[in-house]
Amino acid sequence: MTTIHGTSKGAPPPAPEELLGDAPGGAAAEARAPGTGRGERLSALAQQHGALAVLVVLTAAASLGFDSFATGDNFSNMAVSSAFLAIVALGMTFVIITGGIDLSVGSLFALGGVLAAWGSRYGTVVALLLPLAVCGTIGLVNGLLIARARLAPFIVTLAAMLAARGLLLTLTDEGAETYLVAEGSFLAELGQGSTLGVAHPVWITVALFAAGAVVLRRTRFGQRVYAIGGNEDAAALMGAPVARTKITVYAVSGLLAGLAGALNAAWLASGVTILGAGMELEAIAAVVIGGTLLTGGLGFVSGSLVGVLLLKVIQNVINQIGSLDSAYQQVVSGAFLAVVVVAQTWLGRRRRVL
Amino acid sequence: MTGIAVRPAAPDRARIGHWLQRYGVYAGVGLLLVVNTALTPHFLSVENFRTQAVQVAPVLIVALGMALAIGTEGVDLSVGAVMALSASVTALYLGYGLPGALLVVALFAAAVGLANGALVALVGVQPIVATLALMVGGRGLAQVLLPQLEDIRNPAMASLGSGDLLGVPYLILIAAGLVLLVAFAVRRTTFGRQLLAIGDNRTAAQLAGLPVKRVLMVVYVCSALLAAVAGVLATARLQASDPTSLGNLMELSAITAVVVGGTPLSGGQVRIAGTVAGAVLIQLLTATLIKHDLPPSWTQMAQAAVIVLAVYAARGRGRR
Repeated sequence: MTTIHGTSKGAPPPAPEELLGDAPGGAAAEARAPGTGRGERLSALAQQHGALAVLVVLTAAASLGFDSFATGDNFSNMAVSSAFLAIVALGMTFVIITGGIDLSVGSLFALGGVLAAWGSRYGTVVALLLPLAVCGTIGLVNGLLIARARLAPFIVTLAAMLAARGLLLTLTDEGAETYLVAEGSFLAELGQGSTLGVAHPVWITVALFAAGAVVLRRTRFGQRVYAIGGNEDAAALMGAPVARTKITVYAVSGLLAGLAGALNAAWLASGVTILGAGMELEAIAAVVIGGTLLTGGLGFVSGSLVGVLLLKVIQNVINQIGSLDSAYQQVVSGAFLAVVVVAQTWLGRRRRVL
Repeated sequence: MTGIAVRPAAPDRARIGHWLQRYGVYAGVGLLLVVNTALTPHFLSVENFRTQAVQVAPVLIVALGMALAIGTEGVDLSVGAVMALSASVTALYLGYGLPGALLVVALFAAAVGLANGALVALVGVQPIVATLALMVGGRGLAQVLLPQLEDIRNPAMASLGSGDLLGVPYLILIAAGLVLLVAFAVRRTTFGRQLLAIGDNRTAAQLAGLPVKRVLMVVYVCSALLAAVAGVLATARLQASDPTSLGNLMELSAITAVVVGGTPLSGGQVRIAGTVAGAVLIQLLTATLIKHDLPPSWTQMAQAAVIVLAVYAARGRGRR
C-alpha cells in the first residue's frame, strides 16, 4: 500500500486568515500546526492513522478467532469485493477534500455496469469507453452546475443520482432486462482473471490509488484541491483556477464510479440494475473513517483505502460469526462511523473554529 | 439571509429569481392542476384528490421535520431509518395495545433524535455524517428487531390506516394538524425564532446567549418523532410492517419537498406552506406521469429536473 500522507508536510500555502476569519480546518489550521506541542501531534497522528490501527487490530483478532478468516481465499475475496467500493471512494476523497460531496456515485456505478454489459456486444472498446464517457459526462455536468452556476453540491449530485437511476431504468426496460457480458471477452478477463495470483480488479485499484496519491500530493492540481477545501475564497484570491479544479474533481468522481461499475459488471458477467443503492453513503463513510475531514482541506487517499478495507473486514467478521443476521453489520457499521466521527471531532477540536 | 448576495448589476434577474424561489412551487402545482384537469380523465374527482392526499401524507410529515433541520443549516438523513424502526417496534409491541406500542415507538424515535442531536450539537459533527451514522445503524436495528415483513392484523391499526372522520381520512387530518402545529412553532414561538437565528448565523446566536445546543437537540428529536409518526401511519396503511424497504429514499423525497418549496439549504428560513406545496408538486408530477402511462424512470428524471430548477432559482441567496 502506498502511504503518502497528504496532511502535514506538503499542505498548500497557508491561507491569509485575516481575509476571512472562519476558515474551517484545512489551510488555516495548517498554518498554525508547526511548532505546536506534542498533544497536537499525537491527536493529528491518531486522526490520520487511527483507522489503520483499528484495521490491524481487528484483522489480527479475527485471524486468531476464526479459522476460516486468515485464508488466501477469504483474503482474495475480500480484496476483490473491496476493489469496486475503493475505486468509488477514491473519487469521493478528491471531492470531499474540496469541501464538496458526490451523492450520484451509487447510481453512476450501476449505470456504468449496465452500459459496459450492454456495450460488450459491440466489442471491448465500446464496453469500456461507453460507461466512462457517459458517467464522466454526468460528473462533468455536476461540476459545471456546482462550480459555474454555484449550486450546492449536495443537491446537484442528489438530482444527478435520480437522473442517472432514471436513465439506467430507461435503458433496461424499467429494470426488467439484464445484459450479459460475453464470456471469454477481454472485458470478462479484466473482471474475472488474475495475474500473479491477484485478481485484475485489485491490480487496477492499487494502480489507481498510487496514481491518485501522486496526483494529490505531488502535482499542482492536487495542491489546488487542498487549497480550495481549506478556503475557497483565499484560493481564488491567490489565483487558483477554482471552477476548473472543481469541475475536474466531479468529472473524475463520475468517471471512476463508471469505471468501478464496469469492472464490477465484468466481474459478475452481467450488468445488474439494482446495484449501487446506498453505495454513495458507504463511500462517504469509508472516506470519513479514513481520516478525511468532511469540511474539506484535509485528507489523503490511502486513508480511504483503509476505510474501505475496514468496512469490508467488519462485514466479513460478522459473516464469520455466522449466527448473526447480516443486519447486525449495518448496526456495527453505523455505530463504528459514529465513534469515528466523535473521535475525529474531538481530536481535531483545536483545528476547528467554533 | 443577507441582502449582500443580490448584485445591483442585475436587479431584474435577481427579482425573477426571488419570485421563482418564493412562488415557483405554487405556480408549478397550479400548472400541473390545469394540465391534469385538461388532459387526465377523472382527475377532478373527490376520490382522486383523497387518494393523492393520502399518498402524500407520510412524505409531508417527514418533510416537516426535515424543514426544521434544514432551517438550522443541517439535514437529517436518518428519517427513513426511523420510519423502518417505528414499523418494527409497532409490530413487536402491538400485543400491548396501540397506545403502548406508540409509546415505545416514541421512545425509540426520541432516542435516535437525541443521538443525532447530541452528535450535532454537543460533539460538533457535521449533520450529514452524524445522521448518516444513525441512518445506517437505525435501518440495521430495525431489521435486527424484525428480520422480515410481518402482516399486522389489529383493528385499531386498520382504522388508523383507512378510517375517516366525516369523509376525511385520519391520515390527512393528522398530517394537516402537524402542518399547523409546526407552522405555529416556527412562526409564533420563541423556539421558532431561536431556530431561525441559529440557522442564519450560529456564532451570532451563540454570542447572543441563545440556547443553541438545546434548540438543536429539540430540532433533531422533533424530526425523528415526525418520521416515527409517518412510519406508523405508513405501516397502518400497508397493514404490514416492512423494516427492509419502508422509508427507503424517504430522506431524499423529504429534502426534495423542502428545497423545491423554497427553503434555502443555507438555513435561517423555514417555509412550511412551501414545503407542503413541494410535497404536493412531487406527488402530482409522479401521478401525472403514471396516469399517462409514462414509465417510472421518467418520474425520477423529471424529479431531478425539478430539483435543479428549484435550486437554480434560489441561487445566490444562500452562502452554499
